[in-house]
Amino acid sequence: MSTVDKSMALTGQPPASLSLNQKLAVVLGMGGMGILVLALFNASFPDKSLWLTISMLAISAGTLWYSWDAYANKLPGIKNDGVWFKSISSRGLLGWMTGLALTGFYIVLYFYPEYLGLANEGENKGVISLFDPLSKLLNGNPASQWFVYGTLYTVAILVFGIKFLWKYRHNRYERLRTLSVMFFQTAFAFIIPEVMARLNGHQILNGGSLPYYDLKSIWPLNYYNFEGYRIKMFLSSGNIGFALLIFAIASVFIITPFLTYKYGKRWYCSWVCGCGGLAETAGDAFRQLSDKSVKAWKIERWVVHSVVVFVTLMTTAVIYSYLGKDTSKYWLTKSTFLIGVASLLTLVFGWIMIFKRKQLQKDAQYGAIGYFVIIMALIGFHFFSGDGYVFLFKSETLRKTYSFLIGSIFSGVIGTGFYPIFGSRVWCRFGCPMAAIMGIQQKLFSRFRITTNGGQCISCGNCSTYCEMGIDVRAYAQKGENIVRASCVGCGICSAVCPRGVLKLENGPMDGRIDSNQVLLGNDVDLMALVNQK
Amino acid sequence: MEHIVIIGNGIAGVTAARHIRKLSDKRITIISAESDYFFSRTALMYVYMGHMKFEHTQPYEKGFWKKNRIDLVKGFVSKIDSQNQMVITSDQKEIPYDQLIIATGSKPNKFGWPGEDLEGVQGLYSKQDLESMEEFAPNNKICKRAVVVGGGLIGIEMVEMLRTRNIPVTFLVRESSFWNGVLPEGDSQMINEHIFEHHVDLRLNNSLDKIVPDENGKVKSIIIKETGEEIPCNFVGLTTGVSPNIDFLKNSGIETGKGVKVNRFLETNIKNIYAIGDCAEQHEAIGNRKSVEAVWYTGRMMGETVAQTICGNPKEYKPGHWFNSAKFFDIEYQTYGWVLSERRKEDNEIHFHWRHPKEKICITLAFDAASQTFLGINTLGIRMRHEIFDRWLSENKSIDFVLEHLVDANFDPEFYKPYELEIVSHYNSTFGKSIHPKKKNLKRIFQFN
Repeated sequence: MSTVDKSMALTGQPPASLSLNQKLAVVLGMGGMGILVLALFNASFPDKSLWLTISMLAISAGTLWYSWDAYANKLPGIKNDGVWFKSISSRGLLGWMTGLALTGFYIVLYFYPEYLGLANEGENKGVISLFDPLSKLLNGNPASQWFVYGTLYTVAILVFGIKFLWKYRHNRYERLRTLSVMFFQTAFAFIIPEVMARLNGHQILNGGSLPYYDLKSIWPLNYYNFEGYRIKMFLSSGNIGFALLIFAIASVFIITPFLTYKYGKRWYCSWVCGCGGLAETAGDAFRQLSDKSVKAWKIERWVVHSVVVFVTLMTTAVIYSYLGKDTSKYWLTKSTFLIGVASLLTLVFGWIMIFKRKQLQKDAQYGAIGYFVIIMALIGFHFFSGDGYVFLFKSETLRKTYSFLIGSIFSGVIGTGFYPIFGSRVWCRFGCPMAAIMGIQQKLFSRFRITTNGGQCISCGNCSTYCEMGIDVRAYAQKGENIVRASCVGCGICSAVCPRGVLKLENGPMDGRIDSNQVLLGNDVDLMALVNQK
Repeated sequence: MEHIVIIGNGIAGVTAARHIRKLSDKRITIISAESDYFFSRTALMYVYMGHMKFEHTQPYEKGFWKKNRIDLVKGFVSKIDSQNQMVITSDQKEIPYDQLIIATGSKPNKFGWPGEDLEGVQGLYSKQDLESMEEFAPNNKICKRAVVVGGGLIGIEMVEMLRTRNIPVTFLVRESSFWNGVLPEGDSQMINEHIFEHHVDLRLNNSLDKIVPDENGKVKSIIIKETGEEIPCNFVGLTTGVSPNIDFLKNSGIETGKGVKVNRFLETNIKNIYAIGDCAEQHEAIGNRKSVEAVWYTGRMMGETVAQTICGNPKEYKPGHWFNSAKFFDIEYQTYGWVLSERRKEDNEIHFHWRHPKEKICITLAFDAASQTFLGINTLGIRMRHEIFDRWLSENKSIDFVLEHLVDANFDPEFYKPYELEIVSHYNSTFGKSIHPKKKNLKRIFQFN
């Protein structure tokens, strides 16, 4: 409506305006941020532990106070009043400012950590130095920019997680899912790797050192997991190192496919993953900003699957580059590896094309064929032309390009920096190769679906609007059709915001999962005839 | 090529257009004065509440209409010339048709109250109504209090909308309990409590006497009939039902009553003219249904049906088992089959009511006293599976069977607390039975997929 006031004034009209409590809470939280900013400009803080604690507490308390005021005194239920009136959540001025600030932060973090105070030699300065005591406490070393980032990331997931828990306190699925991402972020991404670092050099690892390993971060999201230096570290760290390497491989080829078959990719994307964790908590206020157009869906399919191809080539090249040639030294040689990769890809491709072709859109079929031919050509070309550059490039060049373009720019700068502009799942939707692979499986070989409840849909559009992955849920629901989409991360919000109880995420038999009947739009049909049709 | 003209771009008209396109190559034109594109009327409230922008209520992208060759004409049809088979718009455009579908929906009822046409007095049906609400009740400074008259589905939605902008609301409900012409007492009672929880000044047994203007012709206050009390307010919502929007059909020769009279094929008395959706009136009501059904779902069903007829596969409008849904603030409501209110139900219909001791959750099941056949269910705060209840109703299952298998019908999100044990044990103790609830069974649930 043109009459809606999008001013960023905190006083505006209800429900967009802030209460007195919320204003005070914002001041408190900003105060906490202010300490970090002061540290950034090298203001000297005599007692770093104290000031870091004060800063983190102020940020957390501010956010919690704000959320408390927003939800605690209201009855349990959907809390989307005024979402499209508020500047921050409707691409208003506040939204753009936040987007720019976040993007700027990511650029500095990835490419200019020295501005944060990272010192290659000597003592850290700036905001990083503020985190030194905490880092030393956990892993014994001074902080790096990644430690600072990891800490802030974890605090964000915890604090905004609590906000989310209040917001959805009537919804047990949302509550459990959120507790799960909060747990996995804190334990697996933050504490365990830091504590594991303390073991380095210990006799339990045969004196070796483990690579920094967030156990829930699985290839290809964790695209560097099988790089040469890491393999060496795993293999030189005794039984524990070897077990971790086996786990890393098993999580790609056994654990992920099994769980995705049983529950859909949601087991990872909205229950375990850190990227998902941030999107579901700190990013929750921005989920409605995702693009639902058919065009965006098309772009999504091409971009995300290109990333899969890229990461496959890159990883193959990297592993290839450090393998030996002599079978007598180690069974896995350059050529056995290449043949193995080619066979596995042929197997997957052949299975999809023979058994599941009908479930793919035309352009997906062409895309799959095209990409398959390219990969095979590159592998074949390499295989038969002898040594030289892997896939026309140096493996190191491929790795660096991937890590720059996908690992930093896409997942960080665009993925998170643009939360307030493109919504919270830009990375997961357009960029994450792990999500893409699980997505293919979810579409073709999984028990998961969102069931549409007969004819109850009123086409209101809440489900589509609040889908962070930009799925036009309503397009299916209003036809009485189940939603089986590769990109669905199973956050369950479509089901939560549905005012008519139309959507349910569930696991069930694969038969008839996609082409579910459209019986119950309401007209009387001969049910037996319908049964016989199937 | 045969030209199908549809007046009205609501759910009924658009469903008809979509299905005619699926089944044929006919030329299709939709005329609407309300909006450029189809939008979900039931979602208007969410625009005012800030959950969505108006664009979000439009289910199809703009390219959809072109791609499916459905022409959209913006205009107000003022006359139908059935002799020459054409419609005439208010700007004198003549649009010839071969077959005409009238799908003009409803308009809010007004019962001749003094002051009902004042500024700041309105119903809630159209996009224009929403815009006018945004003008007269944008916030609690301009609108210090609102009064909503009429305790039905639109009334409670309007109250909810106004409350999201912290506008104090007085809600006049003529009946002794909210919507108890439709809801059985237990269900209705729980909604009363929920309305109070949302800090609404709910006045049961109160109706409108008149609306008082200020010196500028704006609403200043209302007077309650029963008590004579005057309530100052800046906005009055009239939500005492809707009636077919058919004034433009006067003198067209098309037979009308409350709505456009149609037979079971949705044909009017004039050849090649059909009426569907809210504006259609069946010569004889079907089952327990009303002769005019102003419901989203029935509009959609009639649209599907008439498309078949027009495309050479004449089909009667044969709605299946009744179902409906709504949301009262935070409480979702679904119904399958018939659960009649105390006012309407006959002696053979027995009700079983269960209510959660603490939360706002309850269900009411109706069954036949003699045959014990399950007749219908109302559920508030628990979602149920449409498909399962439809199957049970078709198979005339007994009330005992339904309660035994109730868990199969549960459609709440995963991990929600199940209530079947409590429900069944309450049933057992009420009727002296000893039913054992079955465990959830995926095979039974998905048997039709």
